[in-house]
Amino acid sequence: MMQGPAFVKINGVSLVYRMAEEQTLAVEDLSLDIREGEFVAVVGPSGCGKSTLMKLVTGLLNPTAGSITIGGKPVKGPVQGVGMAFQNSTLLPWRSTLDNVMLPLEIVEPHKRRLRSERKAYVDQAMALLSTVGLTEFAEKAPWQLSGGMQQRANLCRAIIHNPRLLMLDEPFAALDAFTREELWAVMQALWMEKRFTAILITHDLREAVYLADRVFVMSKRPGRVILTREVDIPRPRTLDTTFEPYFGSIVHELREHIHSVRVS
Amino acid sequence: MTGERALLKAMPWLVTIGLFVLWEAVCIVTGIEPFILPRPTLVFETSVQFAPQILHHSLQTLYTTTAGFVLGVVGGALLGIAIGASKFVYNGLYPVLVGFNSIPKVALVPVLVIWFGIGTVPAIITAFVISFFPIVVNVATGLATIEPELRDVLRSLGASKLEILTKIGLPRAMPYLFASLKIAITLAFVGSVIAETVASNEGIGYLMLSASSSYNVPLVFAGLVVVAIMGVLMYAVAALFERRMTGWAFRGSDLMT
Repeated sequence: MMQGPAFVKINGVSLVYRMAEEQTLAVEDLSLDIREGEFVAVVGPSGCGKSTLMKLVTGLLNPTAGSITIGGKPVKGPVQGVGMAFQNSTLLPWRSTLDNVMLPLEIVEPHKRRLRSERKAYVDQAMALLSTVGLTEFAEKAPWQLSGGMQQRANLCRAIIHNPRLLMLDEPFAALDAFTREELWAVMQALWMEKRFTAILITHDLREAVYLADRVFVMSKRPGRVILTREVDIPRPRTLDTTFEPYFGSIVHELREHIHSVRVS
Repeated sequence: MTGERALLKAMPWLVTIGLFVLWEAVCIVTGIEPFILPRPTLVFETSVQFAPQILHHSLQTLYTTTAGFVLGVVGGALLGIAIGASKFVYNGLYPVLVGFNSIPKVALVPVLVIWFGIGTVPAIITAFVISFFPIVVNVATGLATIEPELRDVLRSLGASKLEILTKIGLPRAMPYLFASLKIAITLAFVGSVIAETVASNEGIGYLMLSASSSYNVPLVFAGLVVVAIMGVLMYAVAALFERRMTGWAFRGSDLMT
């Protein structure tokens, strides 16, 4: 699980936000190595710069100091072809669910070039993906006709339809009720086990982090720094039952302790 | 339930007819002179009597209004896209636009007459300048309020600015555009009728002006009613377009039909 060189390499990265006269140090001297095909989770107290980290990795923000490389190439400006999913599903209400899922294919090469001539094959591909998350019957429905959980499933499909090497997940399940959330953990895990993309999950749900990730990074409060890296050596596929096992509980507890110590210090 | 729905559908007619009945009753009860406030029935009689003239002038008004409105839609949408898509255009043009929009359009008409002479052209231009501002503002707002997350999703896919504009910006701005069309079409009537009143020898505005100078007050009111009817009809057309083009924005609700 831990072989291979670093795919995403974050090296001594700091970021200062300038708002008029005020300067905020969002993250400081942050270093992380993430291997190809690894699923990592980043947890931490709110306002610790988790989302900033996400924007840094995808090149939407440029670091004030330090460097980030993806697949050996330095990140300068928005990285192309990365999959992204947010808490808000951001599906386009004027498109059907299927057309929403196919949106990245209209933008990312080489799909963009081929989409017109091989539309049928791409539609089949999108439909196959929708069926793995149980949305076959909702392909032609508008997103607002779907429940919150279904919207988030479609959102995940949209994020990985173009087979990105890197998937960024910014609290994608935070707005869902507990039962739907746990259901989607299984969906997410199944998708990852099939496609084996590199995934970075930002979350404040420790059980979610331990369920999904190979490694969990705990960040300190602002300015954000990694204060603990915890390997989750629980075999996959993990199930809901796994989350009730003592070992699972002990990892969650260990993470919880660290977050607590960060919050009070 | 069906009774309630039928009543709901009938409400616009009931209220309109009720208003006319009230108007008629007030005139009869107070015995007010017809050259101050004519009864609706008298206005109707006069409309029938002057039907050919009214038809001729209202078609002229409909023509200038529609022409000005179409120009306003095209110009307003293009300018709105430019303003919404570029901070530079926004910063540069917006204050100028607000200033321009503050000028009473009736004050523009004499200038237009000097440039183009009296008649059709000033009416079209007045309808254009008065109707295009709400379109600009609405389209620009629709573009400027794209969710930042959605923009991030597209940028990290490697979408160009143009792709973000065509895939998200424009579809998203459509409901804003169509909402503004309903405002713009009624404003366009204001513009064309003002221009016709000040400087034309055709159109409903001219008809009302000449009628009032010969104390034919019922004909003036007939002109007002005709303008109102044309306004409602054009509004309905705009609303129908809105439903057709951007049904998704209403999420299947029955409101606003």
